[in-house]
Amino acid sequence: MTAADTPAIAVKDLSVVFGQGREAFQAVRGVSFQVREGETYGLVGESGSGKSTVLRAITGLAPVTGGRMEIFGQPLGHDRDAAFCRTVQMVFQDPYASLHPRRTIDATLSEPLIIHGIGDRQERAERVLKALADVGLGPEFRFRYPHQLSGGQRQRVAIARALMLEPKIVLLDEPTSALDVSIQAEVLNLLKRLKDEHGLTYVLVSHNLAVIAHMCERLAVMQHGRFVEEMTVEQLRAGTPREEYTRNLLDAARGYDREKAARFAAMEALEEE
Amino acid sequence: MTTDRQETPAALAEHTQEDKGAGTATDAQAPRPLLEIEDLRVDFHGRRGITHAVRGLSLSMGREKIGIVGESGSGKSVTGRSILRLIRPPGVVRARRMVFDGIDLLSADERTMRAIRGDRIAMIMQDPKFSLNPVMRVGDQIAEAFRVHRRVSRREAKERALEMLKAVRIRDPERVYHAWPHELSGGMGQRVMIAMMLIPEPDLLIADEPTSALDVTVAMQVLAIMDDLVSSRGMGLMFISHDLDLVASFCDRVIIMYAGRVMEVIEAKRLHEAQHPYTRGLLASLPRIDEPREWLQTLKRDPAWLEEA
Repeated sequence: MTAADTPAIAVKDLSVVFGQGREAFQAVRGVSFQVREGETYGLVGESGSGKSTVLRAITGLAPVTGGRMEIFGQPLGHDRDAAFCRTVQMVFQDPYASLHPRRTIDATLSEPLIIHGIGDRQERAERVLKALADVGLGPEFRFRYPHQLSGGQRQRVAIARALMLEPKIVLLDEPTSALDVSIQAEVLNLLKRLKDEHGLTYVLVSHNLAVIAHMCERLAVMQHGRFVEEMTVEQLRAGTPREEYTRNLLDAARGYDREKAARFAAMEALEEE
Repeated sequence: MTTDRQETPAALAEHTQEDKGAGTATDAQAPRPLLEIEDLRVDFHGRRGITHAVRGLSLSMGREKIGIVGESGSGKSVTGRSILRLIRPPGVVRARRMVFDGIDLLSADERTMRAIRGDRIAMIMQDPKFSLNPVMRVGDQIAEAFRVHRRVSRREAKERALEMLKAVRIRDPERVYHAWPHELSGGMGQRVMIAMMLIPEPDLLIADEPTSALDVTVAMQVLAIMDDLVSSRGMGLMFISHDLDLVASFCDRVIIMYAGRVMEVIEAKRLHEAQHPYTRGLLASLPRIDEPREWLQTLKRDPAWLEEA
């Protein structure tokens, strides 16, 4: 296998179990997928389907109990080292919770550089300003606190922080689901532009099929910790998923309909039996 | 009894003890609207001046599904709360007129309001996690909601609560009745909330983002329950949401709000023909599965939208 063929991310038979014994809950059950360099790969599913847990497993934030993961061919062990952090970064769902409320934007953006021993004070200041400009925020934001920012601006800061170490892979966990639709459009456009400019690889987790369809080339539908199916965005758009579950998600995303609702109720009844 | 409740025999029986609506002259031809609001204004007085949350909203609704759509800060939730007079100081609510089924909501005393809240006008909040009492069994909460408004025995209230849980398609009502709120999933919790709000058979249901915490397939079922109540019992539904597509497919009419002002009122099925640049901008900013495009359109906000018409 040549270097060019090495996937950016390779996940094989990943399992994640929270808790132990009787309390154990298997959040991810034997999931395998590969993401090519430069691709945007989507994970879509309802709440509790395990989609965010897959991202957290990659970053070492979830208790992995089985399977293998590789980043550019390098197997991931139990711990994540500094090199991993310079390659893989994550943007979280809630920009209100993911920024330290009592640190200025400058402190938040400088921290990764300080931890990794990058640059002196002067260089760090320059990189913070460049990062802000990259995400469409002016220099006046540098010494503000998160509470002085709108939700969309906070998410821009969270994206800037993820890019401070110039990673190759960015994991996006519902990056726009806490935002209004007009702000969502701005943030999605920003993510697309940054991907082009920095040559990034994305894994995007969302419950919103339209967002996934807009951003991704390929996607996997998850339910109960498993992949229901993997497909290209063209297959999704053509409305030809193999599995009924995916077709239902597509149906539901297209709006309310009395008969649809009755069908979902009937299916849920079957599932519970 | 009022004339316009004839279409709702189920609700009719419940309200005979107090005839709350009589006394206002009604046009014999047109049925009296269920809710009429003229020039609603809600201000919040803060340290840094006054925030105008709602600036001159007018609406008249019958026993229909009316959607109120807008982004955060548009005043849609505040509108819903104002109707129930749930805005507290430093909030100030003013209106030229706010009448519910012949009752002037602006001048009604607190006792009248208490009789209306939860009984004739009910409200479902977004997140059941924060709206249910965490230290009270689910069933007891539903039964209590009923006993506050009706003189019934505990046993009768329990029976009604179980019936209601069945009506919101909970398959094992006995188990859920005895469950604690933290034992319920989001979808279950929201159905419990809906059961609790519907048990006194309200004439008007204000639902503030009732499905946004739910998975799409569950959301569909919850919407169907409310849809049935409007068509079978003649309830009026005010559906507050940020989701344009959902409202367009679910409601009869849609009010689009921006920064406390009504931008447009439009028939739901004609929403995609909306004329107002704000509505059009919002629709254009949505990614769509069937219409791939490289970049999403972003919204250009026009200060003129905020000016008084």
